[in-house]
Amino acid sequence: MLSLFQYRLPELHNMLHSKDISVSELTEQSLAAIAERDSKVHAFLTLNEEGARQSARMLDDKLASGAARGLLFGLPAGVKDNIVTKGLRTTCASKFLDNFQPIYDATVVSKLRQADAVTIGKLNMDEFAMGGSNENSAYGAVRNPWNLEHVPGGSSGGSAAAVAAGEVLFALGSDTGGSIRQPASYCGVVGLKPTYGLVSRYGLVAFASSLDQIGPVTRNVEDSAYVLQAIAGYDAQDSTSAKVDIPDYLSALTGDISGLRIAVPKEYIGEGVDTAVREQVMSALKVLEGLGAVWEEVSLPHTEYAVAAYYLLASSEASSNLARFDGVRYGVRVDDGGGLLDLYHNSRSRGFGPEVKRRIMLGTYALSSGYYDAYYLKAQKVRTLIKQDFDEVFKKYDVVIGPTAPTTAFKLGSQTEDPLTMYLNDILTIPVNLAGIPAVSIPCGFAEGLPVGLQIIGKEFDESTVLRVAHAFEQNTDYHKERPQL
Amino acid sequence: MSKYETVIGLEVHVELHTKSKIFCGCSTEFGAPPNTHTCPVCLGHPGVLPVLNRQAVEYAMKAAMALNCTIGDVSKFDRKNYFYPDSPKAYQISQYDQPIGLNGWIDIEVNGETKRIGITRLHLEEDAGKLTHVDGGFASLVDFNRVGTPLIEIVSEPDLRSPEEARAYLEKIRAIMQYCDVSDVKMEEGSMRCDANISLRPVGQEEFGIRAELKNMNSFRGVLRGLEYEQFRQGEILDDGGVVVQETRRWDEAQGKTLSMRGKEEAHDYRYFPDPDLIVLHIDDAWKESIRSTIPELPDARQARYSEEFGLPAYDAGVLTSSKPLADFFEGSLAYTKDAKAVANWMMGDLLGYLNSNSLELSQVKITPQGLGEMIGLIAGGTISSKIAKTVFKEMLESGKLPAVIVEEKGLVQISDEGAIKQIVEAVVAANPQSVEDYKAGKQKAIGFLVGQVMKESKGKANPGLVNTLLAEVLNG
Amino acid sequence: MSITVKDVQHVAKLARLQLSPEEEAVFTEQMNAILQYAEKLNELDTENVKPTTHVLQVSNVMRDDVVKESLSQEEALLNAPEEEEGHFKVPAVLE
Repeated sequence: MLSLFQYRLPELHNMLHSKDISVSELTEQSLAAIAERDSKVHAFLTLNEEGARQSARMLDDKLASGAARGLLFGLPAGVKDNIVTKGLRTTCASKFLDNFQPIYDATVVSKLRQADAVTIGKLNMDEFAMGGSNENSAYGAVRNPWNLEHVPGGSSGGSAAAVAAGEVLFALGSDTGGSIRQPASYCGVVGLKPTYGLVSRYGLVAFASSLDQIGPVTRNVEDSAYVLQAIAGYDAQDSTSAKVDIPDYLSALTGDISGLRIAVPKEYIGEGVDTAVREQVMSALKVLEGLGAVWEEVSLPHTEYAVAAYYLLASSEASSNLARFDGVRYGVRVDDGGGLLDLYHNSRSRGFGPEVKRRIMLGTYALSSGYYDAYYLKAQKVRTLIKQDFDEVFKKYDVVIGPTAPTTAFKLGSQTEDPLTMYLNDILTIPVNLAGIPAVSIPCGFAEGLPVGLQIIGKEFDESTVLRVAHAFEQNTDYHKERPQL
Repeated sequence: MSKYETVIGLEVHVELHTKSKIFCGCSTEFGAPPNTHTCPVCLGHPGVLPVLNRQAVEYAMKAAMALNCTIGDVSKFDRKNYFYPDSPKAYQISQYDQPIGLNGWIDIEVNGETKRIGITRLHLEEDAGKLTHVDGGFASLVDFNRVGTPLIEIVSEPDLRSPEEARAYLEKIRAIMQYCDVSDVKMEEGSMRCDANISLRPVGQEEFGIRAELKNMNSFRGVLRGLEYEQFRQGEILDDGGVVVQETRRWDEAQGKTLSMRGKEEAHDYRYFPDPDLIVLHIDDAWKESIRSTIPELPDARQARYSEEFGLPAYDAGVLTSSKPLADFFEGSLAYTKDAKAVANWMMGDLLGYLNSNSLELSQVKITPQGLGEMIGLIAGGTISSKIAKTVFKEMLESGKLPAVIVEEKGLVQISDEGAIKQIVEAVVAANPQSVEDYKAGKQKAIGFLVGQVMKESKGKANPGLVNTLLAEVLNG
Repeated sequence: MSITVKDVQHVAKLARLQLSPEEEAVFTEQMNAILQYAEKLNELDTENVKPTTHVLQVSNVMRDDVVKESLSQEEALLNAPEEEEGHFKVPAVLE
């Protein structure tokens, strides 16, 4: 059987064009891979088998007719289950939305369709994207394809695991505090969080509106550029969407990074970062040096405050965003005849899992009368300081580089008792969301058989440079070619 | 009269008559079948985002300027969090600390005296859906057609001192909104709504008393009656040495009293915070000026002009400018006659009398400004008598035909032919010897009877001036 | 600042969550730990720092007042847990 892993996107395009393979074959292979592996990985919550086969047939007709083909023509894709798909069940991995049929498509889903991708199904995640291990899914945790005893990371754990396991060619995830990059790091794939405003949030079930961004999870950097090209751009339905010109990301992948100025924050490689992770990052820097880049240690002095500011801001926004799940218009309703107030209480209490409740509680408290200034407003001000840290560094440097996460994927169940420890896993990804800037996580080595991720952070709307650096590194290493044995 | 002084502040909600909703493209049209003017955005579906309607912002700016508010340079939207089935997101997008308008005022007139009422703020927000209670009150049905209709909330200072002042304030607000053409301002359809805060304090005391919030006053009369009742109720409590409870009360029109809305009062904590889905508004001077230039002459200015330009009494000018359609009708008529006083008299008397006694709006009758103006011309030219004009006026209300057409169709042209009238006069005199005798005996009343007979014989068409002259001639001759 | 079970109960009420006594106890402890950690922010003097609501440097994002097609009543009610005569149905609002 032909393996999806073997070919890069342009090669697949050529094979489709020369009719060596059909879209239907590609689709069947994806479905077969899921049938074979997903009982172990548990990346998918809902499969779109019939819909996918139908799209594949239509695309094969299009191929036969010689009509123009979209950028992602025929490619099997997975979509994180907090991105709404019309008529295809969307649960956010929550019991609350167990029966929910969206009545519209997210903008990115429409864009995938316009680019002729084939949506294979919906991917598991931490409930409402709250979590960093996927253990908060109401439908059971995703497993790390590299070691099924370990977590895949989160909240886009299903997206990262499905790509790592070769079930789909790419996936969409969402990143609020590291939810694309951290699982990409744990699963040894490429995860890109674009600049806030580059990709439309319309149809992304909001967790923390001022931080959420959709981005691609792919097998390599070139694929990432392809997918980003297809989903980026202004959307009149999202007021926070940026009116910027979208560059040609593929043409940015020149392999040339000579003279590139790299900042390495001492806070990102210091205490709390595993030695093995640090070593891989340091050797990655050597690779980049070898390609003509220069790096210097810098300081992002407010890094240690990012997690606290993030949890106050994100939880506050979440407490309001998740209030609409009230059992009136959609989702689960638990009505025991006790009147409206009971209906609210029962539907929400039984629909939401513990982490979601915890964050709603924290956010409600932080916004409540008398505490707004001390918590929410304070956190917004600290956010300003964190953004200024980056602004300062980017005056002299082109990119900031460090590890994506302080450790490799931890064991399932090892951190569930203590939410605060779990929150601190995100210390290296959260500042990027607070500053609204782009960052990618790419594989840069292994520690005890588990992948290590390198994080490359760029200036606002400078995805091109981020991808160029990532691509140059990838061209000179083989980590992205490693595949888990399943 | 009383040992207490009443203190009232009003919160007035006005629906802006944009074509589409404030944050989505659904129609704001009133009266559609339930849940047919909805979309994922206004239904609060997961993943949706609001996009602000520019027209709603500009209407709010216009209204705020007409109420003499300062327009902020920066304005933003905040989320007001509360659970209620008519609120799909469980938060209302509103404005907390940076509203569109601040520190305005309007003048009201009560008992011939003008008083300035302060306006604290004017902010923009979205309307809620509509609940209907069914199953004997055990269930509610929700229609989301109205949700997302743009609203402005106008908050007054506690400057009102009586229910009459409150009513006058509300009527002035309505007139100004109407003049600005930002809303239909129909209380019956809910496009203008009013909540009140009312408290009493001993005359001379500076500190405010404990207030009640009054809701559900759905008409001007309801506002007046509700506040009068609440003023009475609080007065009784204070007279008995009691303490007014700070609470929300509902005006019950049928029972004619206010009732406590228990249960809804558990600790409101709206947890306002800036809506991260919406972008801050920067309102520069150019934008402000472009809106300011669209504000028409407002009621106060128009009233003053009517007195000055047409010599109308202040009261008449006030009535005619109290609603924009009325004032526009008045000025429309003046294109067809120069006699402003006559137009005013017909409007104040026959027109408003007819509308009031039939509970109609001006838009519901067919008479046109041209019709009234031309009719006054026909009277002045002697074509019809004032008496005939009453018939013509009535016909115009119902059919909207022009007076000349009505006169023609019904053969109502006044007879001013001396010979013809003299013939009738002579016939009447001959047929009523007793009255003639009475007249000659000095009973002046008898001439009235004879005039009446002449008019009757002429089917009302005889020129009344000529009838009088000729009758006097015949009787005295 | 330390929060009590009573605070947790109040917040749960605002958030329309019904918590079991066990959940109340756990949340009290965990929220205290998180908020204590958040106290860290007070090490920073933010007196003259402007809050960041948006990282985007844009303003005045608006749409024209144009009516777009709405959903059909059937689509609007597609996910309704309970409906009646074209409406969403809920238990009585007033308790």
